[in-house]
Amino acid sequence: MSDNTAHDEPELVQLLTPEGELRHHPDYPLDLGAEEVRGLYRDLVLVRRVDTEAVALQRQGELGLWASLLGQEAAQIGSARALRPQDMAFPSYREHGVAWVRGVDPRELLGMFRGVTNGGWDPAEHGLHLYTIVIGSQTLHATGYAMGVQRDGATGGDDGTAVIVYFGDGATSQGDTNEAFNFAAVNNAPVVFFCQNNQWAISEPLERQSRVPLYRRAAGFGFPGVRVDGNDVFASLAVTRRALQHAREGQGPMLIEAFTYRMGAHTTNDDPTRYRVAAELEEWKRKDPILRLRAYMAANGVADDDFFAAVDAEADKLGERVRIECRALPDPDPLDIFHEVYAEPHAQLDLQRAEFADYLASFEDAGAEGGR
Amino acid sequence: MSVITYRQALRDTLRAEMHRDENVILLGEEIGVFEGSYKITEGLLNEFGERRVRDTPIAEEGFVGAAVGAAMLGLRPVVELMTINFSLIAIDQIINHAAKIYGMFGGQNSVPMVIRTPGGGGQQLGATHSQNIELFYAFVPGLKVLAPSTPAEAASMLRAAIRDDDPVLLLENLGLYNTKGEVPDDDESVAEIGRAAVTREGSDITLIGYSRMAALGTQVAEALAKEDISVEVVDLRSLRPLDRQTIVDSVKKTGCAVVAEDDWLTYGIGAEIAASIQEGAFDYLDAPVRRVAMAEVPLPYAKPLENAALPSTESVTTAIKETLSAVGKRVG
Ligand SMILES: Cc1ncc(C[n+]2csc(CCOP(=O)(O)OP(=O)(O)O)c2C)c(N)n1
Ligand SMILES: [Mg+2]
Repeated sequence: MSDNTAHDEPELVQLLTPEGELRHHPDYPLDLGAEEVRGLYRDLVLVRRVDTEAVALQRQGELGLWASLLGQEAAQIGSARALRPQDMAFPSYREHGVAWVRGVDPRELLGMFRGVTNGGWDPAEHGLHLYTIVIGSQTLHATGYAMGVQRDGATGGDDGTAVIVYFGDGATSQGDTNEAFNFAAVNNAPVVFFCQNNQWAISEPLERQSRVPLYRRAAGFGFPGVRVDGNDVFASLAVTRRALQHAREGQGPMLIEAFTYRMGAHTTNDDPTRYRVAAELEEWKRKDPILRLRAYMAANGVADDDFFAAVDAEADKLGERVRIECRALPDPDPLDIFHEVYAEPHAQLDLQRAEFADYLASFEDAGAEGGR
Repeated sequence: MSVITYRQALRDTLRAEMHRDENVILLGEEIGVFEGSYKITEGLLNEFGERRVRDTPIAEEGFVGAAVGAAMLGLRPVVELMTINFSLIAIDQIINHAAKIYGMFGGQNSVPMVIRTPGGGGQQLGATHSQNIELFYAFVPGLKVLAPSTPAEAASMLRAAIRDDDPVLLLENLGLYNTKGEVPDDDESVAEIGRAAVTREGSDITLIGYSRMAALGTQVAEALAKEDISVEVVDLRSLRPLDRQTIVDSVKKTGCAVVAEDDWLTYGIGAEIAASIQEGAFDYLDAPVRRVAMAEVPLPYAKPLENAALPSTESVTTAIKETLSAVGKRVG
């Protein structure tokens, strides 16, 4: 019997080795056509490019802040590609790959970090809630949402709805997250807990958060937990598909620990060289999610050089578009703020808008009189 | 005297207190290896080791609650909450336990702990990370809440907080960490908890503030002096206990007052100050007490909107001038 201590090696579900060799796993079969594999590769490359551009734009003062996903592309793309349109995802603040898959245009994402939108995208339209920065809170929101789905009778069959929530290794220490685990278990809620264990919570390494491998926490709450190679897009996809199916069919929650690495800084405010060693980074570079998929594809005739060149060219174009569009994002008209309050006309608001319009106009008059 | 930053004053004091009393221990997220999000604990892990300086898991309720327990044993935990916003996760431990154990258990256990935490907007950190909710704690009997506005105050108040036998929340401010001021060399001053200070004497009007607003108030007063307006500045320094006498005495002298508060207006600290003034100096008031506070919205992330929502030199200056013209005093 396993005594749940850190002594026995945790099993890591891996379908694609760092060298790009395919492995089969009896519990997580994955049958992808060449077209689908090429699609995953394209996703990985393009979200990495969006991320790189966003970091650069922040450095140039075009964005207030950015939390890079570098290194976590496969965990995010693999898991999000397992979602169906009716499913709902709750992100933390680093899930730009999930946003990509859920059809949020990078422009909308960057607009939020630039501070020129009233919040971001429409969660219902995209099946993606907005970013949450208070650590762990969204695990409870997702659980409650899943309980609602269950109450609506939208689970129990193959066409059921499932919910997924993204959080980090650090978040597993919060009471909220543990309460969410318990709520989901007790209620058999259709929610998948997707923990991206990127080994760091800002400067704190995993050892600060847990004495047991994170996926084993689930056992104590009474539901299954699994550790997947988060730099392996195939495994991330296969394991998440299975967990979502489990939820969809009414069998309750599952915890997925995606074992990965935060290659960049915590956010653009952070300098990781202050607290971690370069050797660790080098080790994880060898496990890069994009390189291994590319190696697999090239070796197995899934794609040729023309394809890879075309994706690179597409990434260049996307990067350029992101740069141009971000800089061109207009500052909202000050009067726009009144549009987002009530759906129907509202007398008090109309009055305020009129007053504010007059106030703004007073500056134009002053300018006209040469007052400035 | 040396001129040092608010940040340095806090750091030097923490270090000195740790040397003075080995029961002083530090707990918090990222305070050890990372030396604190705002670098207040720089060098302390190296100097004192893990026995005294503990990086905790990301669980605010957890480490605040653990500090309550450790304090009951006689340790003097100084907890760092990354920002006051995260105190919301620990609020049960603060209000129901830290604040009440001494009174509810017949004085058998005091809880000599300190929570150090910065408030303050203006850093583009978004609505959940930019709140000024010190009021929640100032509201609670059993807690002491200190709010230094200068490096010298930061040092003497942190010293007082650590040496006090009750739980103390020391409100720091993101906008003040880099501000500089004179601190005596080999400073040993211990602030008197519950004492406001008249930091600038004046005769036309009283301006009352705390933390960033007290610092801003001093600047406003200096600027207005050039326009021949004499502003008396009262720095509250202690939000609980509140030094009503100093406020009332000042208003008796000037006859009118503006309160500058870095929180929301409705039910804010200014409301308490205004009520205290009308109780203590009603007959002396020549005009209603004016309050300048944050706009009543979750603080926006967008820079222009964030600036517009926060009280500023301009809004405080305007309130002073309007109050003075209302009482018929000459305005520069
Ligand atoms: C309740 C709360 N406490 C502290 C913070 C400050 N903070 C922001 S990100 C972070 C680390 C989170 O680490 P992890 O959960 O591993 O996610 P990652 O950033 O690695 O994706 C912390 C402590 C916060 N946002 N919310
Ligand atoms: Mg992490």
